[in-house]
Amino acid sequence: MQKTIAEINEKIKSGKATVFTAEEIISVVEEKGVKKAFEEVDVVTTGTFGPMCSSGMFINFGHSNPPIRMSKVSLNDVPAYAGIAAVDAYIGATEHSERLGMQYGGAHVIEDFIKGKDIVLSAESYGTDCYPRKDIKTIINKNSVNQAYLFNPRNCYQNYAAATNSTDKIMYTYMGTLLPEFGNVTYSTSGELSPLLNDPEYRTIGIGTRVFIGGTQGYVAWEGTQHDPDQERLENGVPIGGAGTLALIGDAKKMSSRYIKAAIYEKYGVSMFVGVGIPIPILDEDMLMKTAVRNRDIQTVLVDKSGRENLNIKLNYEQLRSGYVEIRGNKVHTAPLSSLRLAREIAHELKKQVQQGEFMLTEPVEKFKTKGHRLNKLEDREV
Amino acid sequence: MKTIKVSLQYSLNSITTPLVSNLIRKFNVEVNILHANISLNKIGTLIADITGNDQDIQDALDYIENQDGIRYKLFNKKLIWQEEDCVHCGACTAVCPSNALTMNKDTWCLEFSKEKCLVCGLCAKACPLNVMSLQA
Ligand code: SF4
Ligand code: SF4
Repeated sequence: MQKTIAEINEKIKSGKATVFTAEEIISVVEEKGVKKAFEEVDVVTTGTFGPMCSSGMFINFGHSNPPIRMSKVSLNDVPAYAGIAAVDAYIGATEHSERLGMQYGGAHVIEDFIKGKDIVLSAESYGTDCYPRKDIKTIINKNSVNQAYLFNPRNCYQNYAAATNSTDKIMYTYMGTLLPEFGNVTYSTSGELSPLLNDPEYRTIGIGTRVFIGGTQGYVAWEGTQHDPDQERLENGVPIGGAGTLALIGDAKKMSSRYIKAAIYEKYGVSMFVGVGIPIPILDEDMLMKTAVRNRDIQTVLVDKSGRENLNIKLNYEQLRSGYVEIRGNKVHTAPLSSLRLAREIAHELKKQVQQGEFMLTEPVEKFKTKGHRLNKLEDREV
Repeated sequence: MKTIKVSLQYSLNSITTPLVSNLIRKFNVEVNILHANISLNKIGTLIADITGNDQDIQDALDYIENQDGIRYKLFNKKLIWQEEDCVHCGACTAVCPSNALTMNKDTWCLEFSKEKCLVCGLCAKACPLNVMSLQA
């Protein structure tokens, strides 16, 4: 038996869809069995809330009088990319303030913008016949600008390597502070609740999929950068480490600072927590089984962030979440970096929206490739 | 009765003094060891809460002061956790040396145990949202 997205949407519209989160569905399937559960369940919701460096915001400031063709732009002293049309710019989440360094960055500008705060815009230009003005310093906020949307080239890593440190020195990384001599292990996914771990072969998530992003509805715009579906997989289709990624887009003016938060990793730099949730239509029993994946069925690799040692250790998320794992016979303390607490909140919020007919599901406009996708490296070549 | 938090630094070869039991016997104070890193022929650290009345605590500190090779430092700061701004990511639990910060395995909320805190400040640096700070 099959269900279509159109049929599921009919149920959502009439407020009759049966929805569970990707954590709840596990016991539903265990109790009712696959057949019965499939008959009853229409949608499973997922969620994640983790630091996602590859994020940023396009913004159109509107034209001043006299007009300026901005060639250099900063927002609260954080440089934004202005090599596009006259009053368009892109502020990247990881850019640092020219004045405060990594104490304040692009992600803080984005969070402040979403909160509705005033932001100082400084722009310079060389002046043209049609855009004579050479500089401007003014105040903008979300009511004053035209479009402002997050366009995040890489969000929602399907899975991610856990990190540790074999050296005798502390390491400050985007995977948090790693203590010397395998002093700790950090990991960053919401495991069985994570969007792409519940649709490991991208059957329902593709280009055009409507998603919950930062508290509003946005879309999958493209495959994310470094999308790498050819990653080694377990029998259940779940990749061991890295793999799929999503490029996401959403209206920053409608987002909430509860689900977008600037982050500073000590001696590393600025990043941004992005909250994402994706509803998965339960089209058939296979899809149901995929969403019933458990932490112990999801593995990742453990990587020495110093690059010194090839540890050859695979861990599942039940082990990682237990608080301790074993490395070469020693008990090592584990710590998460992405918030399961917020990921759950997002999955529940999305569940509520689908139940109340406020969030309709989409058929992907185009599906992602699952094979034949080589991840290139950057070579040092003679110029 | 009050409780103070002290860090004791032992220089080489000073660990032969039965300091903790002397404190308890002579000065009628309670000593709760929070963290100890002491071994023969090495310099060592011991972090403890000392509880007693004002005079006894002062006498105990004076006694420590008079021991060869042992120095004490009072912790007069405390850790402030702005809980309402915490996103419960867990990054701080990666560095906490005393398990004062742990994730609740049901709710996956951060939990902070003031008693176990050594006021080392590592979590304040590791927190990506700056919601942990040391204050006097
Ligand atoms: S690192 Fe900061 S935000 Fe994350 S759990 Fe700890 S205190 Fe909360
Ligand atoms: S200051 Fe922070 S890291 Fe240090 S012991 Fe206290 S809670 Fe743990």
